Amino acid sequence: MSATSTAKRDRIELIALYVVTIVAAFVIAAILVNTSGGSWSKAVEAMVNGAFKNPGRWGETLRRAAPLLIVAAGSAIAAKAGIINIGQEGQVLIGATGAAFIMTKIHPGSPLMLILGVLLGMLAGAAWAGISALLYYWRRVPVVLSTLLLVYLSSQITGYTMTRKFLLLEVIEGSPTKIQNSAKTAVDSRLGIMHIFGNNVPLTVPIAIIFAVGVAYMLAHSVWGFRLKMLGLNPRTAQRAGVSHVRFGTMALLTSGAAAGLAGSLMLATGESNYRASSGFAASVGWDGLLVALVARNNPYASIPVALAFACLHTGSNFLAAAGVESVLVDVIRGLLVLALFIPPAVSELRKKRRVLATLTERA
Amino acid sequence: MLAFLGSFGDILANGPLYQSTFRLAAILVFAAAGEWVAERAGTINISVEAMLLGGHFATAIAYTQTSNFAFSLFVGAIAGIFVSSFQAYLSHYLNADQFGIGLTLNILLLGLVAFLEPNFDLSTKLAGEVKVPLLYDIPILGPAMFGQRWPMYLVYAVVPLSWWLLMRTKWGLEVRAVGEDPQAADVTGIHVNARRRHAILYTGFIAGLGGGVYLLGQVGRFESGNIGGKGIIAIAAVIFGGWTLRGAVAGCILFGYVDALRLNLPNIVGHDFNAQLLAALPFLATIVVMLIFAKHTRQPASLARPFIRGLK
Repeated sequence: MSATSTAKRDRIELIALYVVTIVAAFVIAAILVNTSGGSWSKAVEAMVNGAFKNPGRWGETLRRAAPLLIVAAGSAIAAKAGIINIGQEGQVLIGATGAAFIMTKIHPGSPLMLILGVLLGMLAGAAWAGISALLYYWRRVPVVLSTLLLVYLSSQITGYTMTRKFLLLEVIEGSPTKIQNSAKTAVDSRLGIMHIFGNNVPLTVPIAIIFAVGVAYMLAHSVWGFRLKMLGLNPRTAQRAGVSHVRFGTMALLTSGAAAGLAGSLMLATGESNYRASSGFAASVGWDGLLVALVARNNPYASIPVALAFACLHTGSNFLAAAGVESVLVDVIRGLLVLALFIPPAVSELRKKRRVLATLTERA
Repeated sequence: MLAFLGSFGDILANGPLYQSTFRLAAILVFAAAGEWVAERAGTINISVEAMLLGGHFATAIAYTQTSNFAFSLFVGAIAGIFVSSFQAYLSHYLNADQFGIGLTLNILLLGLVAFLEPNFDLSTKLAGEVKVPLLYDIPILGPAMFGQRWPMYLVYAVVPLSWWLLMRTKWGLEVRAVGEDPQAADVTGIHVNARRRHAILYTGFIAGLGGGVYLLGQVGRFESGNIGGKGIIAIAAVIFGGWTLRGAVAGCILFGYVDALRLNLPNIVGHDFNAQLLAALPFLATIVVMLIFAKHTRQPASLARPFIRGLK
């Protein structure tokens, strides 16, 4: 068979596999809904309404998608360098907490406050990821493990800052301070929101797209990106070519942490959870963003539609309760979907390899 | 100063503290004894968290239906194997990214359990306490190690089992070879990815059992947050132990002790600590301990490297 027709057949096979696995994921989810006493058609309708059909909803979806895209682009940077950072959830949270310090406490007046807040948020996210870099390059603790441990730690640390007045706890005269969150951020530190056809689209959306495209360009066309790629593909060769594992690995990890911090602080600046930080502030943006990057195979351009799809699932889930289905269903769908998206490329690789081996043995 | 030393003495001589150390360390030991095998085969298996949760949940369902402790634990172990089969086949048959799969499984299972839980009217209770004669009378350690609910004693079986399997059987030798040098193992005719899958399935078996033991021997009531990060700490314990079983068990005891301290410190010292900082203690301690001790160990040479024949 000629090479072109093989390539064509491969592509058709791959697409067919994607269709099959995605449909399978949704069928499993539908069965789960129906066996637990719900109705899958109502659930679908509720999710479509929640994601874009009802007034103002697609704005919400875009609002959710923007930080996912930023986190995903950041994850791609670390992944390109062969470093597996899976602590974005913590880095987003710490970033938002860092930004909250400036945005609620210090008042230099606009727009410096916003810039300073976002900068501190990025710095905080980078520092949080930096702990993992330190643990790895100094003590050989796998980055996977330390970043995960730091996720668990981050919500406790943030929670702690919300229990002390000198840190972030909101002080309300004459009321008990039971609800542990920060004060509202100052009006000066907020980022603009565009009103388009009755939808509120925060400015994070264009920022996220610019960021993702910028990251994609840097990874593909800059010396920096080339070095990271070299490090990821073969650290030994990279070292011989003068790309220091410690220096560029640390840099990649710090950059991806900073991106997560950026996402967190921009969420705060555009009014996530009513402009207040709390220990639950990250709301799975870190996990979702990471999954977006994994599904998009660390390609920032491909991350854009994937982030949108994941955001649709999230905003759609807000309407599920009204349809009599637990909103955690979405966590199940997302998990199944990610597994479904992992399978086709792996299967097609396996088949390709087998075919090559078969032709080799034929020749022999 | 004297008061400080006095309270320090209280902590050291506190019987209940050792008892809860044993209980909290036990679940870590289950997870770590399995994870150790998987890591020696070359996989960092972060879905051990999902396997614990799967076992925990399945045991709760089985006990609600049958009220039979032994059978429920068996079901938990099977559930652990079921969860681990996804990790095993996706990462070592299809060669998908092991961390991506592990993370997705953790998230998926957490969602699945939260979604399914309201459909089952779960009611579980603790298994009976068994005091081992003679050994129970050892001061302080006796009640902690030999005065537990009976499922806890399974921990005394899984540690030697893991050790024997990996260090004294042909299968174990092959598993270790696969974790060190898969290319060489492949040349000698060992099916590399099959051995890695077996190791992960074994992890699922032990971790699922551990999740069940934790339910019936310690907490008594199912909550989806019960497992919260214990699998991750168990992985840290394996690394802390330098990929030896006794080191991993020592790590589990250390991390279990810190966890017990978190629960018991306010009672012993009689001082209210900040709840968030106390809850952070096990994770903080894990990170600090890794920072101090992790350097002088040698990891399996092919840890976290996928094996694809013809590619190095």
